[in-house]
Amino acid sequence: MFHWLNLTRGPVGIALAALLALSAGPVGAETQSSSAGTAAGHPDVDMHFRLNPTTVPTESRGPSTADHSRFEELQGPFTGGPDVTRACLSCHNEAGHQVMKTIHWTWEYTNPETGQKLGKKTLVNNFCTNARGNEGMCAQCHAGYGWKDESFDFGNADNIDCLVCHDRTGTYYRMPNSRGNDACAVMFEDKGPIDWPAVAQSVGLPGRENCGSCHFYGGGGDGVKHGDLDSSLIHADRSLDVHMDDKGADFACTVCHVSSEHQLAGSRYQMHARDTGGTGRPGLRRGVATCESCHGDAPHPMDSLRGMKLNGHVDRVACQTCHIPAIARGGVATIVGWDWRTAGRLRNGEGYKEHDYIQGNGEERATYKSIKGDFTYTENSAPEYAWFDGRMRYTTIDTHFDPAAQPIPINSFSGASDDPAARIWPFKRVHTFQPYDKGNNTLVYMHLWGDDEDAYWGNYDFGRAIATGMESNGKPYSGKYGFIETESWWPITHMVAPAENALGCGECHAREGRLASLAGFYMPGRGDTPTLDRIGLLALALAALGMAGHVLLRLLAARRRR
Amino acid sequence: MITRAVRIFSRFERFWHWSQMALIATLAFTGFAIHGLHGLVAFDTAVYLHTGAALGLVVLWLFAIFWHLTTGTWRHYLPTTKGIWRIARYYAWGNLRGEPHPYRKAWRRKHNPLQALAYLALKLFLFPLIWVTGIAYLTYDLWAATGGGNGALTLVAVLHTAAAFAIVLFVMLHVYLLTVGGHFLGHVAPMVTGFEEVELTPVEAAYLEESEGGAIRREGG
Repeated sequence: MFHWLNLTRGPVGIALAALLALSAGPVGAETQSSSAGTAAGHPDVDMHFRLNPTTVPTESRGPSTADHSRFEELQGPFTGGPDVTRACLSCHNEAGHQVMKTIHWTWEYTNPETGQKLGKKTLVNNFCTNARGNEGMCAQCHAGYGWKDESFDFGNADNIDCLVCHDRTGTYYRMPNSRGNDACAVMFEDKGPIDWPAVAQSVGLPGRENCGSCHFYGGGGDGVKHGDLDSSLIHADRSLDVHMDDKGADFACTVCHVSSEHQLAGSRYQMHARDTGGTGRPGLRRGVATCESCHGDAPHPMDSLRGMKLNGHVDRVACQTCHIPAIARGGVATIVGWDWRTAGRLRNGEGYKEHDYIQGNGEERATYKSIKGDFTYTENSAPEYAWFDGRMRYTTIDTHFDPAAQPIPINSFSGASDDPAARIWPFKRVHTFQPYDKGNNTLVYMHLWGDDEDAYWGNYDFGRAIATGMESNGKPYSGKYGFIETESWWPITHMVAPAENALGCGECHAREGRLASLAGFYMPGRGDTPTLDRIGLLALALAALGMAGHVLLRLLAARRRR
Repeated sequence: MITRAVRIFSRFERFWHWSQMALIATLAFTGFAIHGLHGLVAFDTAVYLHTGAALGLVVLWLFAIFWHLTTGTWRHYLPTTKGIWRIARYYAWGNLRGEPHPYRKAWRRKHNPLQALAYLALKLFLFPLIWVTGIAYLTYDLWAATGGGNGALTLVAVLHTAAAFAIVLFVMLHVYLLTVGGHFLGHVAPMVTGFEEVELTPVEAAYLEESEGGAIRREGG
């Protein structure tokens, strides 16, 4: 079931990389041009950030009550995004205040239970490790214009990027907010200038490609981070996602992630691991994006034993566990292993890449990049399963940990079989070796992106990248770094298969089934009471033996009588 | 005393016995599959068969209890110590020495005292245990709906499985004892045909001949 990829890089990749090194020298972002958009034709662009060809917008959400092309304010000319935003806000006069309260703008989240300050602004992850100090690159996915360093003004509504969510032409795109080093600048293809009046006049409710332009590419590439969100969902078929099926329900993301005042339902920081709130008909409940908010907590038809038995699972098993039988099913691979220890290898003084993985849709994926190290991918593979109560805890930059307790959980969660709030959930686990502060036993901020001397993606010097990352954020750094094993856990909730492809009973109710690793509770089919079974079988065997002995005695007695 | 072939197992009793046997065999086979002891049948198939067979057995039992009460045949299960030691002695020694079985079925008493005691124990302890735990297991979702039913479910499952082992043990002994004190087929036949050679008092014989047409074969079996 698992497609664990070999970390070793074969001769094909080396040859390819060598060829690349010869043919493509480092080029600046502004001057880089690429003739082919596909990774196969141009392996260096496999980051896919904003490189999607112009797409036909997905699902239409019905006619609007306003034809934006007729608004005078939107006729232009516009000098750029903020100009358009000003025009939007001149009518939508609450939208700016609303957006600035959302996590799409603040990148901040305070866990109400733990008080932990989270959000992309703060967190350390085990992909590119941190956004802080790398905003020039990372904040491409911030719903705003021009966040490249600490000077960004979070109070200026003009900097809100309305179009990234609301453009319906499929032609809007974003570039990094600042120039990177030559080593990574090659990944951006130049595109034609944006036709601002055209995109401004075509606004509508977000389609899948709007949300996907960021959420499909988290962690540095298509499908890298989540395993259940990638570009294959832009045009999903029934088997990939029964809700997003182009020929079926054709849901936009916002059908489930309903919004109120620009706040979208659904959070990975505090999840509804078990929703007993019901469907709230008529209309839908706001503020939740659970399966139950539409399907209720008895989703299977109660007209058969099968339906009743399946509904009997709802309190203990998340819908996703059975209905998402495998992750990364759309032909796009997802990363499950990342090894920063091997980053920084050079050929002829230059960074290089190796593309040893051909994913389901035929595209090549890098298994090694000098700027990032080694990757391991998986596709169409079984998730891991765990009891989950919805509470996520994070190891942040301020957490001191015991290096002996590796792997360090970048995020961890609670939940147990005897906790009524917890259910069995599917997860994708990402396993990483990444730099840490060996003296203080903390995670580190690395300065990766930038065209300065200190950026790792240019100088391949972890020591300097960490020292800069920590200093510019006012975090203590001992000056000594090492590598530490970490893991992160991503609850799987998208790519919902149709019922006929859901897991069969025997997938879990079996010896060595999918839930073999979850102990501490009785589950039929696993042979969970070995002692009882041994005693029972022994009793039956002894009885059989006794009968055989008795038969023997009877035969002997009969012979003696004769 | 005269010996006659008398129908001591009525049509309903035979139907009850054999359909019960089939259902219990199905329940044991599928139950041990659900428990995880073997994988000879798919888990969901096992669940459906097990549940279906259990519901079937419930219905059968309701009929059987009704029948036992209305016909008075429940008296066959009344425990008695009368002759029990002779029977016990026979099972321990007599059968080894080739002695004849000391018990002769009577029309009003078709089980020997040990048999009656064993069946009574089965019906008073093992069957209630497996029924109570089985119904609790089946309705798990109703009483454990708020979660946290781990310990209780484990207990239910353990007791249910233990009772199942005990019932299988009983069945093994039950079948084995058919070979003791006569021929296996000779013991089985009455459960198929209903007729067995039984000693009757002249009064009983006259009664049966007069009032229970078809329950007695005039010429003997």
